[in-house]
Amino acid sequence: MGVASRFILRRRGGNGWHWTDIVTWVWLVGGLIIMFGPAVWLAFSSFKTPAALAEFPPSILPYVTSQATVQGYDKPLQLFDAKMPDGSTKVLAEVRRIGTMSQMVDPKTPGEIVRVNINDRTPVRSVSFATENYTTPFTQFDFLRYLWNSVFVTVTATLITLIVNSMAAFALSKYEFRGRSLAMLIILATLMVPLSVIMVPLYSIISSLGLFNNLWGVILPTVATPTGVFILRQYMLTIPDELIDAARMDKASEWQIYWRIVLPLTAPALAVLAIFSVVWRWNDFLWPLIVLSRRELYTLQVGLSIYSGELNVQWHFILAMTVVTMIPVVLVFIFLQRFITTGIAGTGLK
Amino acid sequence: MNTDMSTATLTSRLGGLLMAPVNLLMRVLDIPLRAVQKAAGIGGMAAVFLAPNMLIFGIFVLLPLVINFVYSMTGGTAFFLSEREFVGAAQYERLFQCANYLDPMSCQEDAFWTAVGNTFWFVVLQVSLMILTALITALILNRDLAARSFWRAVFFFPVLLSPVVVGLIWKWILQRQGLLNFGLYQFGVEPYTWLTDRNWTFVATIGVSLWAHMGFYALILLAGLQAIPKDLYEAAEMDGTKPARVFWRITLPLLMPNLLVVVVLALIRAVQIFDEVYVLTGGGPGTSTLYLTQYIYETGFASALRNPGLAAAASILMGLVLVVLTLVQLGIGQRGEKKGKR
Repeated sequence: MGVASRFILRRRGGNGWHWTDIVTWVWLVGGLIIMFGPAVWLAFSSFKTPAALAEFPPSILPYVTSQATVQGYDKPLQLFDAKMPDGSTKVLAEVRRIGTMSQMVDPKTPGEIVRVNINDRTPVRSVSFATENYTTPFTQFDFLRYLWNSVFVTVTATLITLIVNSMAAFALSKYEFRGRSLAMLIILATLMVPLSVIMVPLYSIISSLGLFNNLWGVILPTVATPTGVFILRQYMLTIPDELIDAARMDKASEWQIYWRIVLPLTAPALAVLAIFSVVWRWNDFLWPLIVLSRRELYTLQVGLSIYSGELNVQWHFILAMTVVTMIPVVLVFIFLQRFITTGIAGTGLK
Repeated sequence: MNTDMSTATLTSRLGGLLMAPVNLLMRVLDIPLRAVQKAAGIGGMAAVFLAPNMLIFGIFVLLPLVINFVYSMTGGTAFFLSEREFVGAAQYERLFQCANYLDPMSCQEDAFWTAVGNTFWFVVLQVSLMILTALITALILNRDLAARSFWRAVFFFPVLLSPVVVGLIWKWILQRQGLLNFGLYQFGVEPYTWLTDRNWTFVATIGVSLWAHMGFYALILLAGLQAIPKDLYEAAEMDGTKPARVFWRITLPLLMPNLLVVVVLALIRAVQIFDEVYVLTGGGPGTSTLYLTQYIYETGFASALRNPGLAAAASILMGLVLVVLTLVQLGIGQRGEKKGKR
């Protein structure tokens, strides 16, 4: 323990606390709370019932008040810890409330009514996870549909991106031809063309191709990513040309060279691009919002934002679906985070 | 090395599942492509490989870029160009028609100028705070920390979240029964509806976008810090140089190229802010958090009086700003390269 804490709390000034050590630990621990806290809070909240969500001050864990069915009463009655006149406490069920007095019964002996002042009773609460927040949107709303649409868009767009970008990167790294630097320049120049600048004309192109209200209208404009071409080309430049020349000697076709030699050797860069692409496409919002106007076509992001913008927001469902939307990204974060961080640090691209 | 190997096992595992049908497809594709190669020659195959990407790129990026100019010179509510009438520079004139150029409310398109003003202040405040916090985070992460990759991951976590999720997380925290009010309640502050207050929503959009993107810039700066040669610091230590002086004389000058990249990237992204703000505040209350991209989106698509031409004109003006910023970035990049060659 002593060794571990000394290792974790390594300090600059040896034994004393230099002011930079204090700043460092305040910043790190504060960062830990601020960066993870909100998402964790949302996840906890997503298991609360609407009644518990409306409570202020809120509790961290999802509590529900306990109820019991008592013989002789149709509806389940709410349970309370009641303080009896003799000082003991008893679990009683409330039948009705009149003014400041509550009429209660002992669930075991339902015949006898006990009168208790409302200040002498506290509701019995237990931790309970409201899983219907998750099941209801999937079974009664369209969220299963949205989930499927999101998965379809993400997987399809990523596969096309990998193939189309790697083909272009192959041409731009392993062939000498006229216009190569022009093609490269155009790609680099549009690295910074954001959707917000071209959304009006892009919309008209999508509509005239009949892709409005079509998931392919969401997929196609995103797949020819300049970033992807750029990353893959830089990587392919490091593959020795001798390999390709040797394959040509063996009568391999150019397509085979691309498929059997270059692509397998580019696997690390392809993996990085695949991770990026999955996160990008899963998180896309503005363009799907423009292209998709029929409810059954919404992706999770669009569906969530539309539902959360409605007047009577059903927060318990929204919170649960936000958690569902977060899950793939959190999985990527846990298992693949270091590929992304090294990818960004290496190329400066997001 | 380690990274490459585990990436390879990852892809090979994924590959095992996907490869069988794909392999077959590639073999089938080889037959017609061999014929193409015979006709076009080996050099001609470059065009074949380039074609799909350039075709998609041309249709969905270059073409819109070009016809955006045509759009901005047409009027009406129709979306197809053939149904739109030519109006010349009328849309631009409309954007710039103001009774008094010092008062955005006197302009015909007051919403546009409100959005420009909001975006300007947002960019100025967000980018400067972003650089400051990202720099502090990078400097701290660059220290001799135990479990550095864990701490790096902590600050990076929100970067991966979708803007919609980010918006909803903070909407939930800032609402009346939310965590922020709960925290303040412990200190005796009465609960407040933050998202109905014009000033606080503006602050909230800055804070939320800082939270969501800071880790990304910190990561770039950290990479820059780690590239600074250690012997410089050792030499400074031997000379007994004060830490503050080391920071101003060694760290900051050598970090400058990365810092400039981060400034420009942060500027470019901040100008386009939309998604998380749209979910968090919807541009409101009133127009207090209406930013440029939302103005373009609403003018072009969402409002009842939609005007695609006007939206196109506004988007071109925004594009010009971005082009200038990109050129600045390219200029910086080239200067850095020249320095590297020397």
